Amino acid sequence: MTAAPARPALADLAVGQEVARRPVTVDRARLVRYAGASGDFNPIHWNERVATAVGLPGVIAHGMWTMGAAAAVVADWAGDPGAVVDYQVRFTRPVVVPDPGEVVVDVVATVGALDAEARTVRLDLTVSVDGARVLGRAQAVVRLV
Amino acid sequence: MPVDTSFAGRAYPPGDVYVVSREKLREFAEATGATHPAHTDPQAARALGYPDVIAPPTFAVVVAQRTEAQYVQDPAAGIDFSRVVHADERFTHHRPIHAGDRLRAALHVDAVTQRAGLSMVTTRCEIVDEDGGAVATVVSTLAVRPEDAA
Repeated sequence: MTAAPARPALADLAVGQEVARRPVTVDRARLVRYAGASGDFNPIHWNERVATAVGLPGVIAHGMWTMGAAAAVVADWAGDPGAVVDYQVRFTRPVVVPDPGEVVVDVVATVGALDAEARTVRLDLTVSVDGARVLGRAQAVVRLV
Repeated sequence: MPVDTSFAGRAYPPGDVYVVSREKLREFAEATGATHPAHTDPQAARALGYPDVIAPPTFAVVVAQRTEAQYVQDPAAGIDFSRVVHADERFTHHRPIHAGDRLRAALHVDAVTQRAGLSMVTTRCEIVDEDGGAVATVVSTLAVRPEDAA
């Protein structure tokens, strides 16, 4: 029997509190894997020649990969991925993924708002590469027990 | 060809059924680093009250992008994908998606606007289950750069 992981309680949270922080690495193999898993085979996410031909600095990560990787940090904190009831981001800066090499995407989640009546918390996410934000207005609403 | 603003307000009825499988959810979870056991272990999912393994919060994009294709890949819409940048995305989950779900999605073109040559296209997918129950709403905005831009 799998033990149920601990879930955060609304009463223990305060606006401005940092609740999760995790570096996530991405390389070309990761992008190919995401392309297959998602069905998004746009060559700008795996082909340098195509990416530079359309004016990009190089192969870039799927914005949806970055959004998904940040969601995993929220889901783990929540203790239940199904508790993420609303999740939105703006894609503000491309994540350029070199070959060879990898990029570290830093994800930090902070309490943005609490709603005692709806029993939800809004987490504001800072998602950055080398200190520069790659997502804007990244917010996840999580329902707590 | 410019983006055709007259598509704003169009609605496309639900298309083919998308059958959610455990293996697809595992693949998507692994690709995004979603390591919570509820994505891969049916027992862990059931312990949280779900009938089977559940999808990561952004999995609905797989269903949504298939649905959006009927509009964004329509040559009449005038959306040149080599000039497209994803601007924003939002998921509202009415309930988690789980393995075994048979989903259908209706597409709405909520807005097509132009500003300084840049076209912004906002679509909304309403994903429902076999019984017509609301599962997820996915709103996505694409920015299409003008043809003369570098």
